[in-house]
Amino acid sequence: MSAGDTIFALSSGQPPAAIGIIRISGPKASAALQALSGSLPEARCARLAKLTDPISKQLLDTALILWFPGPNSASGEDLAEIHCHGGRAVVRAIETSLENMDGLRQAEPGEFTRRAFTHGRMDLAEAEGLSDLLFAETELQRRSAIQAAGGALSRKVEDWQSAILRLSAMVEAELDFSDEDDVTPAQLEMVQSSAADLAEDMNTILDRPRAEKLREGVRVVLGGPPNSGKSTLLNALVEREAAIVSAIAGTTRDVIEVPIAIKGIPFLFIDTAGIRDEGAEEIERIGIDRARAQFDMADIILWLGPEGEGPDSLKLVEIASRQDHPEYQPKSPTVLSVSPLAGPGMDELVALLVERAKEIVPRGDEISVNKRQADHLAEAQVSLDQIPEVQDYLIIAEQLRLARAALDALTGRASTEDMLDGLFGKFCIGK
Amino acid sequence: MNRDFDLIVVGGGHAGCEAAAVAARMGVRTALVSFTKDSIGAMSCNPAIGGLGKGHLVREVDAFDGLIGRAADAAAIHYRMLNLSKGAAVQGPRVQADRKLYKAAIHRMLDAQDNLSIVEGEVASLIFDGQTVSGITLADESQITAAVVILATGTFLNGKLFQGEETVAGGRTGEASAISLGQQIRDAGLPIARLKTGTPPRIDGRTIDWATLPEQPSDDDDWTMSPMSSRRDVPQIFCAVSRTSAATHDIIRDNLDRSPLFSGAIDAQGPRYCPSIEDKIHRFADRDSHQVFLEPEGLDTNLVYPNGISTSLPADVQEAFVRTMDGLSKAEIIVPGYAVEYDHIDPRALDRSLKVRDLDGLYCAGQINGTTGYEEAAAQGLIAGIGAACAIQRKDAPQLDRGTSYMAVMIDDLVLQGVTEPYRMLTARAEYRLRLRADNATTRLSPVAASIGCLGDERRRWFDDRQSRRARVLEELETVYSCEAIADQGMEVRRDGTKQSLFDWLRFPNISIAALKDLGLSVDDLDTGLLAEVEEDARYAPYLQRQESELKDLRANEQIRLGDDLDYAAIAGLSNEMVERLNGARPETLAAASRVRGITPAALAAILVHARRREAKNLAA
Repeated sequence: MSAGDTIFALSSGQPPAAIGIIRISGPKASAALQALSGSLPEARCARLAKLTDPISKQLLDTALILWFPGPNSASGEDLAEIHCHGGRAVVRAIETSLENMDGLRQAEPGEFTRRAFTHGRMDLAEAEGLSDLLFAETELQRRSAIQAAGGALSRKVEDWQSAILRLSAMVEAELDFSDEDDVTPAQLEMVQSSAADLAEDMNTILDRPRAEKLREGVRVVLGGPPNSGKSTLLNALVEREAAIVSAIAGTTRDVIEVPIAIKGIPFLFIDTAGIRDEGAEEIERIGIDRARAQFDMADIILWLGPEGEGPDSLKLVEIASRQDHPEYQPKSPTVLSVSPLAGPGMDELVALLVERAKEIVPRGDEISVNKRQADHLAEAQVSLDQIPEVQDYLIIAEQLRLARAALDALTGRASTEDMLDGLFGKFCIGK
Repeated sequence: MNRDFDLIVVGGGHAGCEAAAVAARMGVRTALVSFTKDSIGAMSCNPAIGGLGKGHLVREVDAFDGLIGRAADAAAIHYRMLNLSKGAAVQGPRVQADRKLYKAAIHRMLDAQDNLSIVEGEVASLIFDGQTVSGITLADESQITAAVVILATGTFLNGKLFQGEETVAGGRTGEASAISLGQQIRDAGLPIARLKTGTPPRIDGRTIDWATLPEQPSDDDDWTMSPMSSRRDVPQIFCAVSRTSAATHDIIRDNLDRSPLFSGAIDAQGPRYCPSIEDKIHRFADRDSHQVFLEPEGLDTNLVYPNGISTSLPADVQEAFVRTMDGLSKAEIIVPGYAVEYDHIDPRALDRSLKVRDLDGLYCAGQINGTTGYEEAAAQGLIAGIGAACAIQRKDAPQLDRGTSYMAVMIDDLVLQGVTEPYRMLTARAEYRLRLRADNATTRLSPVAASIGCLGDERRRWFDDRQSRRARVLEELETVYSCEAIADQGMEVRRDGTKQSLFDWLRFPNISIAALKDLGLSVDDLDTGLLAEVEEDARYAPYLQRQESELKDLRANEQIRLGDDLDYAAIAGLSNEMVERLNGARPETLAAASRVRGITPAALAAILVHARRREAKNLAA
């Protein structure tokens, strides 16, 4: 995490909302905005632009973009703003495109404010109340990290920290006091295998579903050509499940998101209906692109089109829909066949969805991490994972230091002194 | 005699000598005041210089053309590179030094130094002009004035010696304690705390059965502490290794109640890394033997320093337990070991140039700040000397940070964290250790030294020459070679079409500059030290690059100044403990605040907001 990076974040409230404002601040803000929109708008003038992902060339959204060259911007740096549609999918898609750009990363909590202060751009009238607010916010973040899963995560991280400190103390004793016979030479293999075990342990948790899924829901995308029965199936699911929250008019005019809780598991059903109705070729291409983007972000794809023609993905579930429709095209006998209007097959479909979702949503009794925590944890994991390959104590010590720093960032901080305490407590050192 | 100087340095130990010498090199009229001229440059404890972490400090002081490295070479009777089997970043050059030769070398260098006067006398008090120090009064009531005074008085402040049941006031054996000066410093409101350290008995070498003990010879290599010492001039001798036995431990255990450390007479904290032998036996009861290095103190003395048995037990117990050790059954003790308890200033009262924050014109350096070791003292002397000289000459002192030097790591630790035990340098304290090697100290620091005028003519010429040679090597290493060309030189690399610069090829542990000579590198005339340095840079390049972004962050936060008088208690959200620590440390920058123990990122954000707001108010006012 460097102060010189270009950072971005959703600056408006949590989606879904009418609009989402994504801010990009830092030296690469202009490059990022150009990569999405093709060109920079005039400084401080809003312009309507089509945003496309620079790698996949997929259309992301049509949005208002603004450009504030530094230092006369809210953050004091070059700053871009994207006012896009406020659905989760759109916001997520734009964030993903940004994240894939070199030198850009998600902002840490409070980082925009911090940069604004650093560059002397904070409105001082605001500053009065901000100190407390900022503190409350970051403290909350820290606390939520620590209290996740009833304190289990915090205990786990503490265990890791003390294990890594122990390894550090051994390696440092080898480096700083190896000329003294009171220090037992740290056994290289022992350090290496302990580091590998720790890395493995972290991996187990990293492999689990992210905590956000509980809030955002399992994304189920209904796919297939127009008139393949997507809307019918979605409506049937909605009507069946009284737990529907509210239907949101799409993140864009082409996509409908419907959050439904089934057996206590939050789902977000996404229908890419309505694409063909406009007829024009250009629009059609956009529609297909958009459906593909939805497939990429999906947790489960229910494919209602011709068998084998859906996206090549492990997430895909073939469904033979519209049993009761005149144009019904049967699929292989193993494929689940449903009749949304009459009801047959729906129970099986729901059971299948719930079964799959259990793999995707974290279990309440297990430690799960959110994306921010996962980033730090992955950093620690990578540092430890490399240790078995290394013979040089200096590099092992450096990898351990990086792992410690990553975990410190997760929970608060420890210092070199903690390691020295471990070192002096364990070894009889000194002439 | 002249009674007016720019700078007065009180104390002629390692800190005082470096402080006086560097200020004089920078052109400041300096007086070095010592009880006696003869005690200047004395090595009061262990006759060794350097070691892990400490060797780094010696090389860094040397990179500023300091004294300690050159004096060590002039006196070295035994050279040893510690950690030779590990990466260069943790290799520590260490020498045994002949006390007389060391002192003579220091005297020679000080005598040859322009702008430097040596004044014999006991400093009775500081002259205060309000909150500004303007000189000193000697015991004979004569006065010497100066714009700046540096106190480098070591353990002379309210020192108390312990040996068994006996207690004597004094710094080292046989020297008076500067009690009145100590009182004055207390009265000036400087925070004072107490620490203890110890020393082992000195043994008559003629009574040691050397033949039965394993020898430790001097290194064969020709490395020196300072590159300005062209070779090893002094005859090399060997050290030996003795061990304690079960009988030794029994004697010590039976007499623990006679040690002031255990009887409660001493309650100050001693160093964890240099415990007394009674402490080792008490705390690590499971060990049945401890290693003890027998280090001759010089060429023409019979004194031997048994490194590892620092003690404050009564003399009769010392004699009894020493005689149970390998090769020492007939050993005679010439000077018994003792513990010393002394006052030190809480270094959190100092700023990063080691100036007392709340008084003008007063700096403190060395053991007085709660550190231990010649090297730590010398480095602080250098920093205080530079700080004082820059203040006198009204120029900015160079900003060294944790990413550029061990010296800055130490200063930062001292002024932010304070000390709970005598502070000793360890490589583990330096998080950017990979870049802070003993072998690249001059590359890291001599440019800074040159920019503020610390380098003498000879050193500057040497350094300029070295820089141009280094540039030539680096340029040659830019040449791109294919894996075929490298493999053809007999080095094992995969023939996968890779083409990269020689510098990048050096990343592979099996590829060295020496082995690449046949590619046409014109490196024959270059010294091996320089090549080894460049090779090591290349070897760790990926790790160094990764640290760059961390350092960029650090340096950005170093730019955010917090100001001296920030009212931490007024910042909402800080815990009482945080406020206490921050008030003690008074961090100068946001980066420094982040290193104060227990300060969380959230607390930092609150501090930043508060500091900005205050700044704006001040601007408006």
